[in-house]
Amino acid sequence: MSIAVIKYNAGNIRSVQIALERLGVDSVVTDDPEIIRNADKVIFPGVGEASSAMKYLKERKLDELILSLKQPVLGICLGLQLMCSFTEEGNTPCLGIFKNRVVRFPENDKVPHMGWNSIQRLKGMLFDSIDEGSYVYFVHSYAAEPGVDQIAETDYIIPFSSALQKKNFFATQFHPEKSGDIGQIILKNFIEL
Amino acid sequence: MLSKRIIPCLDIKDGQTVKGVKFEQIRHAGDPVELASLYARSGADELTFLDITATIEDRRTFAELVEKIAHNINIPFTVGGGIKNEDDVARLLDAGADKITINSAAVRQPGLIDILAGRFGSQCIVLAVDCKQYGLRSLVHLDGGRTPTDRETLLWVKEAVERGAGEILLTSMDHDGTKEGFALEITRDVSESVSVPVIASGGAGKSEHFVDVFEKGKADAALAASIFHFGEIPIPELKKYLSENNIPVRMK
Repeated sequence: MSIAVIKYNAGNIRSVQIALERLGVDSVVTDDPEIIRNADKVIFPGVGEASSAMKYLKERKLDELILSLKQPVLGICLGLQLMCSFTEEGNTPCLGIFKNRVVRFPENDKVPHMGWNSIQRLKGMLFDSIDEGSYVYFVHSYAAEPGVDQIAETDYIIPFSSALQKKNFFATQFHPEKSGDIGQIILKNFIEL
Repeated sequence: MLSKRIIPCLDIKDGQTVKGVKFEQIRHAGDPVELASLYARSGADELTFLDITATIEDRRTFAELVEKIAHNINIPFTVGGGIKNEDDVARLLDAGADKITINSAAVRQPGLIDILAGRFGSQCIVLAVDCKQYGLRSLVHLDGGRTPTDRETLLWVKEAVERGAGEILLTSMDHDGTKEGFALEITRDVSESVSVPVIASGGAGKSEHFVDVFEKGKADAALAASIFHFGEIPIPELKKYLSENNIPVRMK
């Protein structure tokens, strides 16, 4: 099993790698198109600002590379948002794998949405043996509006898509690598796809 | 619904937990990794580790410990104590910490918050504030509470959030160690004046105090040390109590 974690101008990549190590899986953090194209699985993590992240991906043609991938790909947090069509953060057009728009949370409660919240309306293999209403860990100020590719929904100020899937492309707004035993099962489900 | 977080805090000296830990299940009571894993298993929502030593050699030991913790627990954790610059932060985040706390250095050089938030993102910059009440005024203290300043707590947290702090860890020096409950008024005032989450600390003695700090203090999370270390309030029991009192908590 080879797992490529896409390296780009965004933080939090180390904890994804450590979480994979806990599952006994080695991974390589890389921006080398050849290694990414040939990996069994690809993880597209990220914490950061959307417009500068998209700019970085485009400059290195990683945007086209991601769109061309045929193996299972998992976007996490900013990764999910960049896989949508558009984000209000810096009014940035994104990869467009999912048709969802990403909007900023209304300010009538604390933003960022930080901490443990529950996931509902679970669908698909990513959530194999995960109970409805399980708690996972979130840290974000922007969220994907619900859409056809939704495989999990969460409520914070507004309902939003906390996970998406279209063909081989999976994405979670929450951090499975930090979501305790539940997160570990979700990562394992992805690895075993 | 977003749940309220329960955060045990471990003070670390020379790679060991201090302040005393009394757990029958643990073979080496002082081993922070073992204690951290136990807390993670019992339902803690996050953990905080404070390095209470100051020498350079000890800092390296602490970074090594952070790496070990990252490999052994699967929930978010924050580290802090004596962080002075970007390099300190980079080292701890590279070692696997999710967030860092800054305190004295941020007051002495507020621009540090802008620099850290710009480089690492607000989500991992927690501003720790030690405050003490003087009549109607709440003032910020530095150096583990030893150095008073004339900065008003509310003004300071607002400024820090504007500069990019992503979360506030508020410790009431008046309540810390008393076990008579959290400082509800200042916690509520801080929580209502900033847009970011507030972690209340200092004074936890029984489960009711946690209900109060979430309901009356409007806190988003509550942190405590000794009541957890000495098993006075086991986390599963605390969470059950909170849940029965309509506080949203994550049940395992």
